Amino acid sequence: MKIIIAGCGKIGTAITAGLVGEGHDITVLDVKAAAVDNLVNIYDVNGLTGSATDYDVLTEAETGKSDLFISVTEKDEMNMLACFFARRLGAKHTIARIRTTDYNEGDISFIKQELELSMVLNPDHLAGRQVFNLLRLPSAARIETFSTKNIEMVELRLKADNPACGLTLWELREKYKGLFLICYVQRGGDVVIPDGRFTLQAEDKIGVIASPAEMQRLLKKMNLTTKTARAIMILGGSRAAYYLARRLDFIGNGVKIIDKDRARCEELADLLPSVSVVEGDGTHQDFLFEEGIRSVDAFVALTGTDEENILLSVFAASIGVRRVITKVNRTELMSIAGDLGLDTVISPKKAVTDVVTRYVRALKTAEGSKIETLYRIADEKAEAVEFVVSPEFKGIGVKLRDLMLQPNTLIAGITRGRKTLIPTGDDAIEAGDRVIVVTAGRSPSELSDIMRRG
Amino acid sequence: MPLQILKVAALVLLLPAAVGLIYGEVRDALVYLGVAVTVVVCSFLGQRIVEPRSKVTYAREGFVIVALTWVMMSVVGALPFIITGDIPRFEDALFESMSGFTTTGASILTDVTALSHANLFWRSFTHWLGGMGILVFVMAITSMGERPIHIMRAEMPGPIVGKLVPKAKETAKILYLIYLVMTALEIVLLLAGGMPVFDSFVHAFGTAGTGGFGVRPDSFVGYSPYLQWVVTVFMYLFGVNFNIYYLILVKKFSQAVRSSELWAYAAVGIVSALAITWNIRSMYATFGESLRHAAFQVSSIVTTTGFSSTDFDRWPDFSKMILLLLMFIGASAGSTGGGLKVSRVLILLKSVHREIMKALHPRSVRGLRFEGKKLDEAVARSTLSYFALYMVCLAVCILIVSFDGFGLETSLSASVACFNNIGPGFGSVGPMASYASLSVLSKLTLTLAMLLGRLEILPVVLAFAPATWQRK
Repeated sequence: MKIIIAGCGKIGTAITAGLVGEGHDITVLDVKAAAVDNLVNIYDVNGLTGSATDYDVLTEAETGKSDLFISVTEKDEMNMLACFFARRLGAKHTIARIRTTDYNEGDISFIKQELELSMVLNPDHLAGRQVFNLLRLPSAARIETFSTKNIEMVELRLKADNPACGLTLWELREKYKGLFLICYVQRGGDVVIPDGRFTLQAEDKIGVIASPAEMQRLLKKMNLTTKTARAIMILGGSRAAYYLARRLDFIGNGVKIIDKDRARCEELADLLPSVSVVEGDGTHQDFLFEEGIRSVDAFVALTGTDEENILLSVFAASIGVRRVITKVNRTELMSIAGDLGLDTVISPKKAVTDVVTRYVRALKTAEGSKIETLYRIADEKAEAVEFVVSPEFKGIGVKLRDLMLQPNTLIAGITRGRKTLIPTGDDAIEAGDRVIVVTAGRSPSELSDIMRRG
Repeated sequence: MPLQILKVAALVLLLPAAVGLIYGEVRDALVYLGVAVTVVVCSFLGQRIVEPRSKVTYAREGFVIVALTWVMMSVVGALPFIITGDIPRFEDALFESMSGFTTTGASILTDVTALSHANLFWRSFTHWLGGMGILVFVMAITSMGERPIHIMRAEMPGPIVGKLVPKAKETAKILYLIYLVMTALEIVLLLAGGMPVFDSFVHAFGTAGTGGFGVRPDSFVGYSPYLQWVVTVFMYLFGVNFNIYYLILVKKFSQAVRSSELWAYAAVGIVSALAITWNIRSMYATFGESLRHAAFQVSSIVTTTGFSSTDFDRWPDFSKMILLLLMFIGASAGSTGGGLKVSRVLILLKSVHREIMKALHPRSVRGLRFEGKKLDEAVARSTLSYFALYMVCLAVCILIVSFDGFGLETSLSASVACFNNIGPGFGSVGPMASYASLSVLSKLTLTLAMLLGRLEILPVVLAFAPATWQRK
């Protein structure tokens, strides 16, 4: 597919990196020649220096022949205008990043419709939602939700005291009798899709799929407390912090936002009247004690600097805050944060890339079973993909144990109407089901891709 | 990736083996086959012994890979000449092989007719490969690992190297496709003019790569005017930036004709050809003949091919001087030709013009514009430093060659002709003579000069600079 990406900043780079691997013809453009050069040097893409709203630049990039135009420049208005031009020039689909809080949901849907945008990206909104989901589960490293609410996937790190350590998956299922499935295990650098004989060890990262109620039960049995956070301290008054605080406040949690900037604090206080907003420097420990960091259930670091987020998260964890969530943007710092013992690290960049990749793969499959949701899991070594099964799918009605799947591929969940199945070998896929596939092999863009060929 | 390069090398060595079989030269065919097998075995052994720590090609790796590949290919390419005994001495065989790959066309052979068909074919086929680039060829038929742009930049000539389409592999394929079609077209037109099949292939390769190896000691003197005109036109066409052909292919004609380099290149050719026609009018019977020889030589020299349709060494000084200047200018960037490149000359002239204007109006602010766009200051700067480096290397080369004592004309023109990948010079290395009489030192120096000229100096310098290999 021909894809044009306008804006070579952090998000633009992340999206480019994600899409290059999928084999698309990509042209990037930016006003800064250095940013373009950098991308062209690293990835196999074409570069153009110029403004995304410049007619000449857009024609030179052959926008009219492109399948997808993604605008992720600094300015929202610029993105909207660029996508509008691209659409008028003949681009088949357009995606714009719109992130300022000036545009509320109503505005966005109006803009989306009038500018014929295929999608609006708001990384901060995604980050806010991600943190919100994480706060519901204390010890989970990560949680991913799917399009139906009654199935979710949680990634946990097994500590040595976890009763699951040393058990095979069969034994585990015997012991807990629940409807859940371990769909992948990450040990060291390797990712495996385990079968029943697989034995779990301490320090494994495991992916569990279950319904939310079942998940709570399982976590409780594994001695992982599931007391949800009630008092939450957010460091940094970023846009992500705003979206998070708004959601938390809405369901009645106690939220405190700390930010250095007076003007930003006043803005937030105005937008979120029932949230307590404090002006102050979070790097001063005394100040954090004064604001009661010892008594909060969760600490979320959402400032604009990765280093600050990491350091203060380490500090919060050291004084015993039960739940610490850290936003890290730079990929190379993510693993360092993990090494420092921060088990819940989120990256808005990654969330956006997942969303765009999912969208692009779905575009590729005009018919057949389309992608509904996509997550890259286990340090991007595996994927969890949700499909809606089309009537043409060849595996319909075949028992799962008889289905010839690609190696390292697992059907981890099936939702049929309002019912959720954690499938066994005797279940079969039906048309209209939503199927969750976990794979550490080839990335599927269509459900039939998971079947063995020939 | 070195494995892939060697595999491709083995693959192309099979072609002359096949030619040898067709012409009943079984011994030569076996030599080529033997070299091909050895190369494959070496590549597998090499892969067993050295496991690369990182497979990512950064800018430095790009330069080094390109320079070392060219050296390696030249050595491999020289082996059949030595083993078949047609060119027994190593430095001669290396000179001939390097001259082939770098599309220079300078020869140390006094009588090319003594070569076997296999060797003649191989000599000219190296032109064809080297013209568009060995690694671009490898890229077109296999995959090139991560960050292939650095390899493309290091191998493709010109101040600015860009891709035609987003993917490097696709770009390489398109370039070779255009190249292949144009070569095939020339072969057909040469055959139509009554040229023997073997000669047509060899000359088409020589023209396409802007190389200059032929099958006769007197180059194109003995061929009909029709054939000379065909070659004149094709030499000129292969000296055009291939981006222009791509633009025509995707029907962006307006963008193609707006190229200022194309117009400058055409103007240089036409003006030079007319000036020489007028200057040599008394030497030939008709105006048509003078024009034909002038056009042939201008086209041959400016594209750095090096064919000749007449002994231009006997021309008046004014005409020879024009040819010498054309040697420096060279063909367009992104073509198969060598030399400084028309676009570099344009950028240099524009920079000089700006400096003069700045001297007049010290506070004036001026940008440089090139091809309808603002020219990046970094490109202008690198062009200036390239020119300086080019002159220094050339001066050193002339100095070393002058040890042989062949006189100013020979030393100068031999260096210029090798450095710019042309082939024949004037005097003792003129179009009807050869480089055989030079000393070993001069031959090795000129071999290096050819490589420096083809890869535009920087990759070679970086590959052999100690700083590149130090781990600090």
